[in-house]
Amino acid sequence: MSNLTKEQAEALIAEVLEVYPEKAKKDRTKHLAVNDQSIEQSKKCITSNRKSLPGVMTIRGCAYAGSKGVVWGPIKDMIHISHGPVGCGQYSRAGRRNYYVGMTGVNTFGTMNFTSDFQEKDIVFGGDKKLAKLIGEIEGLFPLNKGISVQSECPIGLIGDDIEAVSKKAAVEFDKPVVPVRCEGFRGVSQSLGHHIANDAIRDWVFGRDGKDIKQEFVPGPYDVSIIGDYNIGGDAWSSRILLEEMGLRVVAQWSGDGTLAEIELTPKVKLNLIHCYRSMNYIARHMEEKYNIPWIEYNFFGPTKIAESLRAIASHFDDKIKAGAEAVIAKYQPMVDAIVAKYKTRLEGKRVMLYVGGLRPRHVIGSYEDLGMEVVGTGYEFGHNDDYDRTIKEMGNATLLYDDVTGFEFEEFVKRVKPDLIGSGIKEKYIFQKMGVPFRQMHSWDYSGPYHGYDGFAIFARDMDMTINNPCWKKMEAPWLKKPEVAEEMAKAA
Amino acid sequence: MANIMIRRSDKGDYVFYLPKRDLEDTIVSMEFDTPEKWGGEIKLNNGGAYFIEPQTAPERLPYSVRAKRLDAAE
Repeated sequence: MSNLTKEQAEALIAEVLEVYPEKAKKDRTKHLAVNDQSIEQSKKCITSNRKSLPGVMTIRGCAYAGSKGVVWGPIKDMIHISHGPVGCGQYSRAGRRNYYVGMTGVNTFGTMNFTSDFQEKDIVFGGDKKLAKLIGEIEGLFPLNKGISVQSECPIGLIGDDIEAVSKKAAVEFDKPVVPVRCEGFRGVSQSLGHHIANDAIRDWVFGRDGKDIKQEFVPGPYDVSIIGDYNIGGDAWSSRILLEEMGLRVVAQWSGDGTLAEIELTPKVKLNLIHCYRSMNYIARHMEEKYNIPWIEYNFFGPTKIAESLRAIASHFDDKIKAGAEAVIAKYQPMVDAIVAKYKTRLEGKRVMLYVGGLRPRHVIGSYEDLGMEVVGTGYEFGHNDDYDRTIKEMGNATLLYDDVTGFEFEEFVKRVKPDLIGSGIKEKYIFQKMGVPFRQMHSWDYSGPYHGYDGFAIFARDMDMTINNPCWKKMEAPWLKKPEVAEEMAKAA
Repeated sequence: MANIMIRRSDKGDYVFYLPKRDLEDTIVSMEFDTPEKWGGEIKLNNGGAYFIEPQTAPERLPYSVRAKRLDAAE
């Protein structure tokens, strides 16, 4: 199907909304829009960060997911206690593929699950004693941990446990940061508030602590930067880091993929904060800008065009040496990029993609697809805010679809009508669309591949997209006995 | 009353940020904008209006300050 015009896209949205009851229809209308680049402010066309409608299939997570799963979880040398019943921690354990180096269970704890496993008596009599005991046990069993965070699950807020008091006491007893995080799942409308709460907890409990020993030994340099909001999924942060180091910068901290507590404590000493995932970590960057006078910029390491743009933008904050370094890096990788584009562009050109992901990818990966000659015809955020859509409108073509917190039904209907050649979303959507015969890539976990950031990541990205779209299985969607007779005759002739 | 943060954008104009609601917008007009007297009624691009107690201008931005909501957009 050729691309929709603006009127067709609007008609499509109206048609999809037709099945809802009056009230639901009114609510959902605000979350669906046709992109128009002339609009300056997204709030004029799309509403976001609102409570999901009861009764529809939403794909959002909770505040605990935003704090434990996204922001705190990847900090590898701390132990993150899922404080509450066992399920929240266990079913999300190690699912996000935040790679790290270290000996798991000795000095790093990324893929392990620590939980207070609440029982009925803990709900009735309170779980503070259990938490204190648990922290003591952790200290005995894993003495090389650098700190502990207490990630509250829903019951903690409901029964009113005082985790702050327990944490403060434990922090004094063991002389380590013990961070209580009030990220109960019922807070907010999506995981987005969890990010905010987690950022505030770092601000109050980690920066506030003013790590004694590490900071004195640290010698600040003129080219110190930190990578903020890169969770090292499939090694993303590593493939970003090497580019920054090649252009002459010193990466002091990675937030929080493959990151450590010491790196986080040192971040207030850097010269520039580089933000990849704006949605989940802009809060701490704003705080550091105000308190420590560290400017921050957003960058995008998906696809060579955006990488080159970002490297130059980053270099513009430094002297000529770094600027020359950036040009050298871009020039160095250009032959590699040319080879990738030459190899895959012919196989991928003109293919149309629909995306529906989380924090930054609905807009950041557009550049990657465009570098391969593909076109993004629809995009949406699970939990984006207005400022995310402000940034998205400029990236997307006119008359493309924007859908906020899309429901299962709407997404399926859009796909049936728009007929994209590829869908990029998460695990919950994957099998529905594969069974509908549409090629699908998970854009949260890179479908167990990756990294996709940086020049090295672009090579893997291109290969994966080719592998998915041009997979021979998509030609076998129809059973042989259901094929039209002329095809069968041809086959008989050939045989 | 709400805590807001005011910073300068790359273009040089004031940007308003309300952390509680994750609201970011450019400031269209500020009643007083001199080093001695700074603040007063501020108008946002989205149509909202807030009031900052007039004070001496902050030494550097971003700057967090208490503000009163006069007229919210939305």
